[in-house]
Amino acid sequence: MSPSLLQVENVTKRFGGLAAVSGLNINIQEGELVGLIGPNGAGKTTAFNLLTGVYDPSEGNIVFDGNSINPLKPYQVTKLGMARTFQNIRLFKELTSLENVKIACNLRSKSGLFAAIFRTPSMIENDREIEQKSLDLLAALNLSHVASNRAGDLAYGLQRRLEIARALATQPKLLLLDEPAAGMNPQEKQELRELIQDIRTRFNVTIMLIEHDMKVVMGLCERIYVLDYGQIIAEGSPEDIRSNPKVIAAYLGQEEAE
Amino acid sequence: MLRGTFVRFLGFAFSLALLLLVSKGAAYIKDYYVSVIVTCGIYVILAVSLNLINGITGQFSIGHAGFYAVGAYVGASWSLLALPRIADTPLLKIGTPVGDTINVIIAIILGAGAAALAGFVVGIPSLRLRGDYLAIVTLGFGEVIRVIFLNMDAVGAARGLTGIPSIVSNHDMSIFWVYGVAILVIMLSKNLIGSVRGLSFLAVREDEIAADAMGVNTTRVKVTAFVLGSAFAGAAGSLYAHFATGISPDVFDMNTSIIITTMVVLGGTGSITGSVLAAIMLTALPEWLRFLQDYRMVIFSTTLIVMMLTRPQGIFGHREISFASFKRRKRAVIGGGEAP
Repeated sequence: MSPSLLQVENVTKRFGGLAAVSGLNINIQEGELVGLIGPNGAGKTTAFNLLTGVYDPSEGNIVFDGNSINPLKPYQVTKLGMARTFQNIRLFKELTSLENVKIACNLRSKSGLFAAIFRTPSMIENDREIEQKSLDLLAALNLSHVASNRAGDLAYGLQRRLEIARALATQPKLLLLDEPAAGMNPQEKQELRELIQDIRTRFNVTIMLIEHDMKVVMGLCERIYVLDYGQIIAEGSPEDIRSNPKVIAAYLGQEEAE
Repeated sequence: MLRGTFVRFLGFAFSLALLLLVSKGAAYIKDYYVSVIVTCGIYVILAVSLNLINGITGQFSIGHAGFYAVGAYVGASWSLLALPRIADTPLLKIGTPVGDTINVIIAIILGAGAAALAGFVVGIPSLRLRGDYLAIVTLGFGEVIRVIFLNMDAVGAARGLTGIPSIVSNHDMSIFWVYGVAILVIMLSKNLIGSVRGLSFLAVREDEIAADAMGVNTTRVKVTAFVLGSAFAGAAGSLYAHFATGISPDVFDMNTSIIITTMVVLGGTGSITGSVLAAIMLTALPEWLRFLQDYRMVIFSTTLIVMMLTRPQGIFGHREISFASFKRRKRAVIGGGEAP
């Protein structure tokens, strides 16, 4: 078996006395499409924040692509090749779509501040490359027509897509999507599913997504983790998960009385 | 590529030559007008430099007079205390064109450098604080600096420093130096926000968490903004000291900080053009209104209130005016289809 891309070992995160996530174990191989589901407040977003360096784990270890990310800040984790989107869209609203993508692209460039304020030829060359890359990326996600629109003015579905484009601009190995289908209508959800499949093959990226919509998760993911009260209660293929009594209990409640 | 850089350099050299000509012309207008014009220039530098911190990076700092003071005192100390001891050095002789030119440049660089250091120190708390909390810290910093100078005997305590050699205003060079530095500061700021690297400053303003997640080192961006903005303000301070030939702590009080902040907000936070225009307006307007005598400040404040009520986003909002923007508009018209 090839070494895993992401390995989460026994990770616990406490806020005061409350353990939002406890004893988390997740293992993702390169090229997989994995889902993370669970009822509201189960700790899904906390898990994402642990993976991306927003929170430091209280216990346990997270290894991404051979590097321990426990002591790293979010921007360093992004540099290692893990990018994310946010549950409640966090675009740079006053800036254009193109500028949003450019900012993320800049991560992989070497142009310094000094070069920027004195407009050196190498910096102009570098900026031009980034502009081209960003335009290509917008085109790949069918966003070319809104390249010069303010990100905050875009329709909801387009904002979600722009967030994915921005995350891809950091050239990630692992893409984390936090409820990408939230607030979408069935038509948009269908498009999103196709988009995610498409991204996966075209950008050769491993994907992990948090999602509430069962149709999206079951239709997309090969493997699913189910989180409840901060703990993984089940793991397996969509079929296994659908028939797992623990999962049914977590979502629909226990049948027998106390 | 190289051509663009060359054209820019040529433009800068041309503006300097033009400035030199205007400066020479200053000999024929009243000292009062020269003083208003120079003060406008100094406030342009201050407003543009604060805009870098407040408007572009979104760190609400309102103690800019502190950095201005550091630059003024350090620049003045060089000319007043250090220079006389080495005045025999041929290239540094006060009163000779070559000596004055070199001395001004050294004074500006020293003022800017010292203020940059102060900016670095203030930039550190800005990493932990945001919004109104940061505003209070920077306001406090500005006052601390003023009080330190007020109690420092070496720089004249409350009397301040007087008799600073007027290496700027000799040979009618004041307009040249002040506007030369102003143009440089505007150019560097515009270069920054016109670059992809500069976009990360805007990203920090827009959404710090998202910027962090997109690989922007937000700590470094914030400290850089403070260091750059303070350095520019320090240069303005050094210029002021050598133009006014006398400085005292009360020149750099909270009022000055507030006025600079007002310029940035009035011009439209983030807009360099707006900062420049508002700086000129807010410096010149109280002068034009002098004929109103006692009612001057009443009318001035009322004007500000009316402007903020009618255009809360500032004169320019986030926009800029430049040749490029005219070109863009033309292209959009030719291109037809897309709405802006």
